[in-house]
Amino acid sequence: MTVAVKFESVSRHFGAVRAVDEVNLSIAEGTFFAMLGPSGSGKTTCLRLISGFEKPTGGTIKIFGQDVSNIPPNRRHVNTVFQDYALFPHMNVRDNVAYGPMVAGVSKAKRYAKADEMLSMVKLDGYGDRKPNQLSGGQRQRVALARSLVNEPKVLLLDEPLGALDLKLREAMQDELKALQQRLGITFVFVTHDQHEALSMADTLAVFNEGKIAQIGSPEEIYGRPYNRFVADFVGSSNVLSPEATKALGGPARWSSLRPEALKIDAANSTINAVVTAVRYLGAGSRVAFKLADSEIAAYIPAGNRIPEVGDAARLSFNVADLHLLDDK
Amino acid sequence: MSRRNAILPSRGFGDSFTAFFWRHPKLFLGVLLAPPLLWLGVVYLGSLFALLIQSFYSIDEFSGVVKEEFTLKTYGGLFRPSNFDIIIRTLVMSAAVTLACAVIAFPIAYYAARFARGRWRAVFYLGIMLPLWSSYLVKVYAWKLILAKEGIITWAADAVGGGFVIDAVLSLPGIGGNSLSTSFIGTFIVFVYVWLPFMILPMQASLERVPTSMLEASADLGASRRQVFWTVILPLAMPGVIAGSIFTFSLTMGDYIIPQIIGTSANFIGMAVFQLQGIAGNIPLAAAFAVVPILIMLIYLWLAKKGGAFDAL
Repeated sequence: MTVAVKFESVSRHFGAVRAVDEVNLSIAEGTFFAMLGPSGSGKTTCLRLISGFEKPTGGTIKIFGQDVSNIPPNRRHVNTVFQDYALFPHMNVRDNVAYGPMVAGVSKAKRYAKADEMLSMVKLDGYGDRKPNQLSGGQRQRVALARSLVNEPKVLLLDEPLGALDLKLREAMQDELKALQQRLGITFVFVTHDQHEALSMADTLAVFNEGKIAQIGSPEEIYGRPYNRFVADFVGSSNVLSPEATKALGGPARWSSLRPEALKIDAANSTINAVVTAVRYLGAGSRVAFKLADSEIAAYIPAGNRIPEVGDAARLSFNVADLHLLDDK
Repeated sequence: MSRRNAILPSRGFGDSFTAFFWRHPKLFLGVLLAPPLLWLGVVYLGSLFALLIQSFYSIDEFSGVVKEEFTLKTYGGLFRPSNFDIIIRTLVMSAAVTLACAVIAFPIAYYAARFARGRWRAVFYLGIMLPLWSSYLVKVYAWKLILAKEGIITWAADAVGGGFVIDAVLSLPGIGGNSLSTSFIGTFIVFVYVWLPFMILPMQASLERVPTSMLEASADLGASRRQVFWTVILPLAMPGVIAGSIFTFSLTMGDYIIPQIIGTSANFIGMAVFQLQGIAGNIPLAAAFAVVPILIMLIYLWLAKKGGAFDAL
């Protein structure tokens, strides 16, 4: 396995602010790697450290084994899809896509042929003569993608590229991006604050918190076995239970997490009693919240089952194996 | 809960006034636009039209009376060598001043737009605007003293043994002269100084609107600094550069004070207009001269548009 991007205790401090703090990271070649975290957690700074728009204040960054810490962005064989797409408004779509080859000195005929090929790859055949402001948000996104892939980068960086799209388009683009990545075999590094996006697209994901990586692993690991409260809280809608609540459920006096879909209600032989405090209809099911000890705990009831009302008492049950203990003290 | 009206009571004239304009939004727009449109239409365009009419009249060479008959004779007079020289001289000076202003203004505007924050931003605006607060005449006379043969520049150059540089510059044919204050170089320097703020401000405004991600995207795709400048920054800042150059160009074309105080006795368009409408009483020729800068500006804007300068707007 070749390592595409490697961080060796990389830091980026802005004065007293530790945007990225002693981060160690290995991104395997050909993977779809997501960086997930709330805003200000350092994920975007990490991306900019790879592209070269930020210089590390400590540590070493290696791309395919080569130290790039002192190499400017234009000489790094990585390309970026920017959050606002950053399409050049004074150029048409074809010239935008052909920009990389243009600055590299490729002849007009060759670079236009290449640009048209890229446009066809993102299903925008025939859009070459339009200006970016004549395109919809989704189309601009595709142009940005085509432009960043035209140089055949070894690593493609994507900075919240789907953030500005509406839900339906975003979901369609998620599938398309994933398919594209698998087809091209390029390493994708994807920054997002949307856990669903990260979980559904990534092969590996890193959860960032306050400039450090809180957990790194496969989506299943991150979702099913979070290390600590932060990860459990941020990723997915898992129940994070205090030691008291965990005890009330029959576990040890430790912080734990329990997925809502693991919780059953109306169990005849259960001794755990709780009162419904809120019901939220989600379409394919309902999220029913209960008060248990000092915590709130939610269950996900698929549609078709009886949905209790607020104030009802219920007996809760779950498989003990699903109660996941966290590292927090 | 007490029952409440869906409509709040009117509070008098103000509310009915608001309601009236809310029901007639176009009328409101009309009220807002009428005074400036009247001013622009009657006072500005009207006088421009009067000027245009005058330029098609001619003057009787014996009596000196304006003949109110349409003719192109006056425009023909512009092409007499002595008059045509004035036009070319003014044009070259305006172009040189505009170019110099653009080159000097760019780094300042770029710094202000990209890097100056908070206090430094205030310092920038103060630094640019402060010279505009003092009288134009005071500044020009101050420059006359600075550039004079006995002035501080010559004195300082002599003091460090660099007097020969100034002598060499002044001995250049065409633009040199006795001293800086009596040469075209002096006129040029003062023009550049006086109009520089009018170039910096629009440039800065347009540079500020170029998102950083645009420059980063350019570098990300492999562009060197120079390529980023020529392919992204300059095209995107072009509307501001054009706006600034309209100021510097037209202000230089029309000015009649600076070349009168500083420089040679050679005429510029502004001075020619001033003399023709005053002492000589040749209003038609003065009007024809005054139309020249307008025509040149129109041609300039047309060329700029054709060259794609406004594509980024």
